[in-house]
Amino acid sequence: MTQATEQYPLDTSEQRLTIREPHPRHDTQGDMTADERLRKAMANFAKDINRTTATYMEACVHCGQCAEACHYYVRTEDPRYTPIWKLEIFKQAYKRENSPFGLFYRALGLKRKVSVEQLGEWQELLYDSCTMCGRCSLMCPMGIDIATLIGQARHGMFEAGLIPDELHAVAQRAREEGSPLGATASVFEDRAEWMADEHDTEVYIDEDEADILVTMSSIEIMKYPNAIGATAKILNALGEKWTFRTEGYEATNFGMMAGNVEWQKHATMKLIDSAIKCGAKLVLLPECGHAYGALRWQGAAMYGKPLPFKVQHVSEFLADVISSGRLKVKKVDQTVTFHDPCQVSRRGGATPAPRVVMEALGLDLKEMVPTGDFNWCCGGGGGVVTIHRADRLRYKVFELKMEQVEATGADTVLSTCSNCRQSYNDAKEHFHWDKTMESLLELVADNLAEEN
Amino acid sequence: MDLLEFARGPALQVASLIFAAGLVWRLIHIFLIPKKTDISEARFGGEKMGGLRTIFSRFVHHQPFRRRTRNGTLLAYTTHIGLAIIVFGSAPHILFIESFSGLSWTPLPNVVIHVAGALTLAALLTSLGRRLSHPVLKMLSNFDDYFTWLVTTLPVVTGLLAVAHVGARYEMLLAIHILSFNVFLIWFPFGKLMHSFIAIGSRYTTGVTFTRRGARV
Repeated sequence: MTQATEQYPLDTSEQRLTIREPHPRHDTQGDMTADERLRKAMANFAKDINRTTATYMEACVHCGQCAEACHYYVRTEDPRYTPIWKLEIFKQAYKRENSPFGLFYRALGLKRKVSVEQLGEWQELLYDSCTMCGRCSLMCPMGIDIATLIGQARHGMFEAGLIPDELHAVAQRAREEGSPLGATASVFEDRAEWMADEHDTEVYIDEDEADILVTMSSIEIMKYPNAIGATAKILNALGEKWTFRTEGYEATNFGMMAGNVEWQKHATMKLIDSAIKCGAKLVLLPECGHAYGALRWQGAAMYGKPLPFKVQHVSEFLADVISSGRLKVKKVDQTVTFHDPCQVSRRGGATPAPRVVMEALGLDLKEMVPTGDFNWCCGGGGGVVTIHRADRLRYKVFELKMEQVEATGADTVLSTCSNCRQSYNDAKEHFHWDKTMESLLELVADNLAEEN
Repeated sequence: MDLLEFARGPALQVASLIFAAGLVWRLIHIFLIPKKTDISEARFGGEKMGGLRTIFSRFVHHQPFRRRTRNGTLLAYTTHIGLAIIVFGSAPHILFIESFSGLSWTPLPNVVIHVAGALTLAALLTSLGRRLSHPVLKMLSNFDDYFTWLVTTLPVVTGLLAVAHVGARYEMLLAIHILSFNVFLIWFPFGKLMHSFIAIGSRYTTGVTFTRRGARV
């Protein structure tokens, strides 16, 4: 249970720009003694140790090169933002408690026991200043997947009640209401009906049988609802048998980002159960980065066996139907640049898909430098955008994106992640920037050819 | 038994034993930890090949990372290649390797070994200076980093002194050189020198995971 104090009240509904002076602090949840927090953090961390984790923990040579891949370090030059340093206390715990020479470390006092004060101090490093974008994992000379380790470290932090309050509150709301932003099933149905009228198309909800189960992100439902209409228009143009299901329509997974495996599983199982119930052959994931990772790559582990259906990000689906000639689109005379959502491209392997779609639309694509798998993160992933005290740092690293976009000379930024879109558009307001991020999905829906 | 006989005899035997036992223990300990199997549907096949490819591809940074990592990479390459030239190219070392393995090959000219030795030492000293002054490296560094540097540098320094016959009698310098190598062997399995084995595993694992997803390795 999140416990906000009067000194630092929770604020999850105000516009992001109202937060002028974020308070330096680390948050705690639940009534636990320091020893209990420590024990829970370490026990959960130990539970996650497998051969891969151990290999990663043993492989680091402290070369520090991962710092050069991290937007937080590159922009601030604060050494604490070195990706592998964000895991330092967990490395220390591993070496002392679980490593091959742990006995010697303990007996000779070579590795100190991690303290709860250290865990508190590390909260900022594990949450505020890491989007788990995986740029460090792509550059580590030892091949350590640092982003995955950060995710595992968050499990221990969550169980110890040591995560940022806002992220906890958002994840808790998602667990209790089915959406982190209040997009409950009835709200969703209302908005879906509205979008059906708005786009003059059919929206199918709770069909008993369907080939495709379509899902949305809460950010889309509440902030960018045109995504609902756009998806419906495209699927209807293709003649697909599809449906939303009110027991599993929301694809974001804040349990995963907060570090609560039970909440992660709960959110994932809602989608899996819904898909099985309507006999879907495909679960279509929305323009959301982490939703893709949560179901496409971690879904089967949550289910305990291979998923009985295919999972595709909407950009992959669009690339497939356009490449096969099933969906025809009109040419669009526009100069654009593209922001790669980390979890879909670098971490997900779907980097070429949006480019296939953009080529079909005839867009004049001006790639960022670096682009594709090496593109810089928007700074809002991994739950960071929910953490108010991290705003100043988030804006600081967003300057990298602004420089990248400006250098392309493109008028419009396209992407396939509503969380990136939210981060961009929030930063746009903050900086009074003239660039807006648009959705590739919506652009396709707006430019369907007559012959479809 | 004089110091040289001790260094070549029992000291080397004990060091080799600790090296082998420590190496096996550390690797077996990691290997015995249960593996988590990925049951997500692979985008493409070829995960094992992707893993093998990654073992080699991570020797060189992807192009967008090269400019910012240039200094560290240059120092790492100079040290590693320099050490390889010294260890596998110099005549006395080849004789030593032949003595326990039976394998032998043509040594490199002395001048190459001397230049490699000097460059390696220069790279090691620069690496230490960098570790002590670069904010990131300074913060990350612990006993392992500095002690590993010491046990790596000592054989290079004593080897160069022995070759140059500087500071003491040749037999004494050679004995100190071999003893410093023994210390290197003893420390090897306990510290980060083990990356020469463990990095193969971590690169392979990451390569398999990323290839499964169709992501860049």
